[in-house]
Amino acid sequence: MNDKKIIEFTINGDAHTLVCASNTTLLEALREKAFLTGTKRGCDLGACGACTVIVDGEAALSCLVLARDADGRAVQTIEGLAADGKLSPLQKAFVDYGAIQCGFCSPGFIMSATALLAEDPNPSQQEIRRKLAGNLCRCTGYQKILEAVDAVVAAGGTTAIREMSAAAGGAR
Amino acid sequence: MKVMNVVGQRIPQHDATVKAMGQAQFTDDLTLPGMLHGRLVRSTIPHGRVLHVDLSKALALPGVKAALIGADMPDKVYGIVPMAKDEYVLARPKVRYIGDEVAAVVAVDQETAEEAARLVRVEYEELPAVFDPLDAIKEGAPVIHDRHPNNTSTSIHKQFGDVDKGFAASAYVFEDTFYSQAVNHACMEAHAALASYDAQDGDWTIWTSTQIPYFLKRNIATTMGVPENKVRVIKPKVGGGFGQKVDMFSKDVLACWFARELNRPVKFVYDREEVFQTTRQRHPMYLKVKTGVSKRGKILAQHITAHADGGAYNSTAPLMIALSCFFVMIPYKIDNLVYEGYHIYTNKPVGGPMRGHGVVQPRFAIERQIDLIAKRIGVDPVEMRIANAIKPGEPHPAGFVINTCGFSESVEEAAKAIGWKEKRGKLPFGRGVGLAGSAWPSGVANMAHLSSGAVVQLTREGRVNVLSGAADIGQGAETVINQIVAEQLGVLMEDVHITAADTGTCPLDAGTFGSGVTVRAGHAALAAANDVREQLFPFIADWLECGADELEAADRRFWVRGNPERGMSLSEALKRYQYADMPVPIVGRGSWIPPADQPTDLLTENGNFAPNYSFMTQAAEVEVDLETGKVTVVHMVTAHDCGQPINPLLVEGQLDGSMVGGMGQALYEDSTCIDGQQYNPSFLDYGMPTILEMPLMESVHIDTDDPLGPFGAKEAGEGTQLAPAPAIVNAIADAIGVEFDRLPVTPEMILSALKKRREAS
Repeated sequence: MNDKKIIEFTINGDAHTLVCASNTTLLEALREKAFLTGTKRGCDLGACGACTVIVDGEAALSCLVLARDADGRAVQTIEGLAADGKLSPLQKAFVDYGAIQCGFCSPGFIMSATALLAEDPNPSQQEIRRKLAGNLCRCTGYQKILEAVDAVVAAGGTTAIREMSAAAGGAR
Repeated sequence: MKVMNVVGQRIPQHDATVKAMGQAQFTDDLTLPGMLHGRLVRSTIPHGRVLHVDLSKALALPGVKAALIGADMPDKVYGIVPMAKDEYVLARPKVRYIGDEVAAVVAVDQETAEEAARLVRVEYEELPAVFDPLDAIKEGAPVIHDRHPNNTSTSIHKQFGDVDKGFAASAYVFEDTFYSQAVNHACMEAHAALASYDAQDGDWTIWTSTQIPYFLKRNIATTMGVPENKVRVIKPKVGGGFGQKVDMFSKDVLACWFARELNRPVKFVYDREEVFQTTRQRHPMYLKVKTGVSKRGKILAQHITAHADGGAYNSTAPLMIALSCFFVMIPYKIDNLVYEGYHIYTNKPVGGPMRGHGVVQPRFAIERQIDLIAKRIGVDPVEMRIANAIKPGEPHPAGFVINTCGFSESVEEAAKAIGWKEKRGKLPFGRGVGLAGSAWPSGVANMAHLSSGAVVQLTREGRVNVLSGAADIGQGAETVINQIVAEQLGVLMEDVHITAADTGTCPLDAGTFGSGVTVRAGHAALAAANDVREQLFPFIADWLECGADELEAADRRFWVRGNPERGMSLSEALKRYQYADMPVPIVGRGSWIPPADQPTDLLTENGNFAPNYSFMTQAAEVEVDLETGKVTVVHMVTAHDCGQPINPLLVEGQLDGSMVGGMGQALYEDSTCIDGQQYNPSFLDYGMPTILEMPLMESVHIDTDDPLGPFGAKEAGEGTQLAPAPAIVNAIADAIGVEFDRLPVTPEMILSALKKRREAS
């Protein structure tokens, strides 16, 4: 039915070689072949943001990216954010500010926010909203998510995020 | 607000870190060796009989392991309410809406299963269909279930007080009609189930996205015709429920069925379209409200008529319509009230429990009408609400016992926070403020099976293991239970480890619905922790030469009250306890059922339906764009009485989420269904609020201390979803002078109303 492709890429800095059908999405490759289930499937349409990962430093909806298009690239997932078991500043802020309820959308939100702050360490609140508008959440009403991202911006935690991102092979 | 060592503290969810790291496991994250994947074949017509299902092509596809139709299964209908069971796992032989389950296939992977499902050919005899409840009750309408020739599966007609007398005494009587639309819960996690079968013992383990593991266990067993103790339900992390994961679904039974047939684990995951079309939605409802008031706006009589569009099946129908009836009796004291409600089948997606179950719709109608009446008779809507507010301790027409009630204060506080006096009727055209009141029970008390149990173990090492049946679906139930146990045993949150919602190892629990978890499961955990105390404290007291009731416990230490020096650490106490050859771990057990002097049948008897009741007022400020018709909610306030919050951080999160959900119902969300076909079953088309629409939100805590709540707590977050829609629509009326009576209020409706206004003037 489908041609199989050998895809070589890094996930969170580790080299992976996966054999995927040509229509396998990056989301499926991550979840079903690399067994990294932190990236969530919410809609398969690119409409909810739960599957957001970072590809070569930019946020991407992994349900809309073919795995074969990730060949040769650096993919960063939620599992790669905590360094040595220590939460990234955004992860920590999400926890501390009560921005996590059911937790299903949280990985996608944290990845979107990570990409945003790596690109612009001092976004305005409107810019944060704009960049997170592709991530849906039904539990929190978004208030505490915004507070968490704001807090990281205010604390200047972005430097740490960029360093971490670079260490994971994510940032350009 | 009570702030103790652990209770009353702002503490993140105990598993928030795991969730933030992407390590939390939801059902679809689980994989078992040899696991197969299932897929459903669903009806493409709204009403008909399945004449023939051709599975041959599907079965011939390489990788397909099995296929099944309804005739292959026991002739058993299922449903969450025993008296209202009406669904088959797979059609036998009727289909009653587009999306109804017809057949199922299982294959080695998801893609093959999907391909196999496409290869199944179904031949139907189409039947006439009906799509509106008001058409469905007409003579000669197509009959959807033979058991109910008038398509009305449940009705309720209750009278409290003397309504005729109340209307006769009224200075004014008004009658208005309203409509509340279908909205979807839109949980981020789609429904999923993974079952494995143990051929030696003949029993199943099923991991499934459910809100009520114990009811589900019973329903799976009954539907498959096996003993209940053969089914173990484990709830992994659940990615939101809001009521949509209360019912059993075909995937639950089919995963178990195929796991036995094939002797391999089987997983079913619904796609987003299936979630929208074939799980549950909020019942659309037509409402007529006739209200008699005194000259000053005191409500003297009210007659509410509700026609709920149930879609093709009952789900919770009898419960929904009873809740709808009884919980319009709060937050106002209405001595003379008639409620008639009808649950009507249509050939459409199925209505079911959703945050504010059956009450969001009449609350919208009543709160809108209060504003209409206030305008017509020239009283202030805030004053009218306060004049009609229930007060604690008053006799209640339906027999509710309301020990604590901060409703009047909530109206005052919400009005103050939104700037009512300065703004109402005084803002520039296009801008306005509005408010609406609501209330909610902390768990519906009077049905069987509604107790919660808990086991608390204190180990030799000072680790506290909690077993609870409570189902945390993201609201933080486990965290609240851990806090209660930690407080009571004087340990730290990090010492407490909970295992919950596993019917194989945890004590009974009713499940997560009707906002009962904190009060019911919280009390059970408190009782179990107290059981541990009663075993350990006398022993410590002997060492410290004091009475057991003189002991204080906190931060892993015990001491004599008023004398902190006379104490010992937890680890020393446990060491001495074990050296004295007292049995460890110390095991405490507890259970709690709401006070039992209550009726057991919602439809026939009145009585106190909940251990306690929360009260709240929402206020909104809106800005209407006169060019585009777009409404922006600028500011949203909830002033609420949830008793003593166990965890204010989690309470705020509940309130925020509930407000934004209510805003979605007010302005954006509508599961559009035309001739039985849903037109927007995706996040792209559905339109739930994003972070861009989020208003400035504020919550004001009204302090009450409920005698029946654990540490004084009541429900939080469900009642909050009742009033945002009427508050916003009331604010739109203040902004542009147009009175809308149906939801959602769309830009098209605003523009058309503004145009009419211009033409009229």
